[in-house]
Amino acid sequence: MQELIVISGKGGTGKTSLLAAFASLAENKVLCDADVDAADLHLIMNPQVLKRADFKSGHTANINKNKCTDCGLCLDLCTFGAISDDYKVNPIDCEGCGVCVYFCPEKAIDFPENTCGEWFYSDTRFGPMVHAQLGIAEENTGKLVTLVRQESKRLADEKNLDLILTDGPPGVGCPVIASIGGANAVLIVAEPTLSGIHDMERVVQLANHFKVPAMVCVNKFDLNSDLTRDIENFARDEGLACLGRIPFDPIFIKAMVQGQTIFEYNSDAKAGVAVNKIWTTLSNILNL
Amino acid sequence: MIISIASGKGGTGKTTVATNLARSIGSNVQLLDCDVEEPNAHLFINPSFEETETVFMPVPEVDEEKCTWCGKCGEICQFKAIAVVNENILVFEELCHSCGGCWEVCPEGAVTQSGRELGVIQKGHSIGIEFIHGKLRVGEAMSPPLIKKVRSYQNPEKLSIIDAPPGAACPVIASMKDADFVLLVTEPTPFGLFDLKLAVGAAQMMNIPLGLVINRSDLGDDNVRQYAHQMGLPILMEIPFDRKIAEAYSQGEMLVDVMPEWNDRFQGLYYNIEKLVKQPGTILDAGIDCHKR
Repeated sequence: MQELIVISGKGGTGKTSLLAAFASLAENKVLCDADVDAADLHLIMNPQVLKRADFKSGHTANINKNKCTDCGLCLDLCTFGAISDDYKVNPIDCEGCGVCVYFCPEKAIDFPENTCGEWFYSDTRFGPMVHAQLGIAEENTGKLVTLVRQESKRLADEKNLDLILTDGPPGVGCPVIASIGGANAVLIVAEPTLSGIHDMERVVQLANHFKVPAMVCVNKFDLNSDLTRDIENFARDEGLACLGRIPFDPIFIKAMVQGQTIFEYNSDAKAGVAVNKIWTTLSNILNL
Repeated sequence: MIISIASGKGGTGKTTVATNLARSIGSNVQLLDCDVEEPNAHLFINPSFEETETVFMPVPEVDEEKCTWCGKCGEICQFKAIAVVNENILVFEELCHSCGGCWEVCPEGAVTQSGRELGVIQKGHSIGIEFIHGKLRVGEAMSPPLIKKVRSYQNPEKLSIIDAPPGAACPVIASMKDADFVLLVTEPTPFGLFDLKLAVGAAQMMNIPLGLVINRSDLGDDNVRQYAHQMGLPILMEIPFDRKIAEAYSQGEMLVDVMPEWNDRFQGLYYNIEKLVKQPGTILDAGIDCHKR
């Protein structure tokens, strides 16, 4: 089984639209949306949810006013500034460390488990999909990412499918680290802008750090051909495969508005030809 | 005043709005790039950096001579960052959240604080703008403590403009907290709208007034505008798609430099934000010609 994660560093370079297009082309796969903080793949896949489950992780302190003697110990110990002078816990600031709970001499602090979001196992016109939605302002993103990846693997095993196509989150922090660790390969979708190059370089470093083989493709390449060449030169210097270039094409937005992949919207658009070529190269590299 | 610029979805133009707004105001203004995972504002502002500071967060260090393997540290730690296994003590410092539980609880005083490098903060100036950003060390998972450190340099005497990261989880909360206004930059597409709703939810959870900028406003569909209307969210600016803008952005050029007419528009945007902050519930001029004062 192969697990491919599509990431970018910078947001909005076209990860999800590209992954949706791949979903049109790939066979025998599970789709996985690991961008649990701002999950968008479902807007194209229109999944029929077969199973829904709460994601529980971490705890939040809650001071019981009846038992509290205002001794102030919790206030002194909390390094997150989550406890107010009148002994109320701000759940947004509480990190769930439990230090106040442990030291409270009156045992006045409850520590219930959080429900931080939910995750889904669904059916789509392109096969099974595992996705999730983290609650607004919640923490533990990395753990939810790990969970949807594990469920995708379990599903692929169970259904004897040989590929997991995963839409990754932007950035280089906790959710991205949780998304790429142990994957067979990452595909970095870069865009030819100074920001795009800057962010791609950092995400390449991250993939190297975790020893995950990385490949690069350039989206909207014709916005700046010089920077496209810079991206490809950088990738080659790093020993990464360059899979191809996708032109700027409004078809991505038009298809998204219709809830379709670009191939469903128009089977012979110029962007589609480019994506098709990239997919062929990719499937050769992954031995699909 | 603190204005936090967020979006939900990535790549909608947060940095474009943050940098052009700062540049159009031009004095007594700070720009704090809190997208510490992928900071980009400096590529447009081109500050001369005068100071670099490495930021550490406290993590436990154990004096094995003093440790009696009582296991209390492992018991209090909610993050599995410290554990006693037989007569060994293991520290996984990358999992530590710096709560201090282990060094507070250790009866032998065997646990002390050392530091884990989070990244760097750089400070500089560019034509009237005080610029500060954080750069998360590649491989480091936790961005909120570095974001908080960047924000510790907010100067209440100045206007602070914060460029927030994408999403609606803890790094965004750390970038919005205590702001006077949240400006959400979105695009009129299904992805833009879905993620916008998450960001609106985050700002409303913290009771911060908000307004929208719609970027590439002539692409996509009309659902973002309808949503804004339903929710009573003011649309403070619309930036149409223009290949000239996209190409200028790609080279790190500022909109207000390439198309100087945008200078007034960004000043008008600030004027309207100020109005909304000072007189909550103000209805802006009919027709919302916020392009002009």
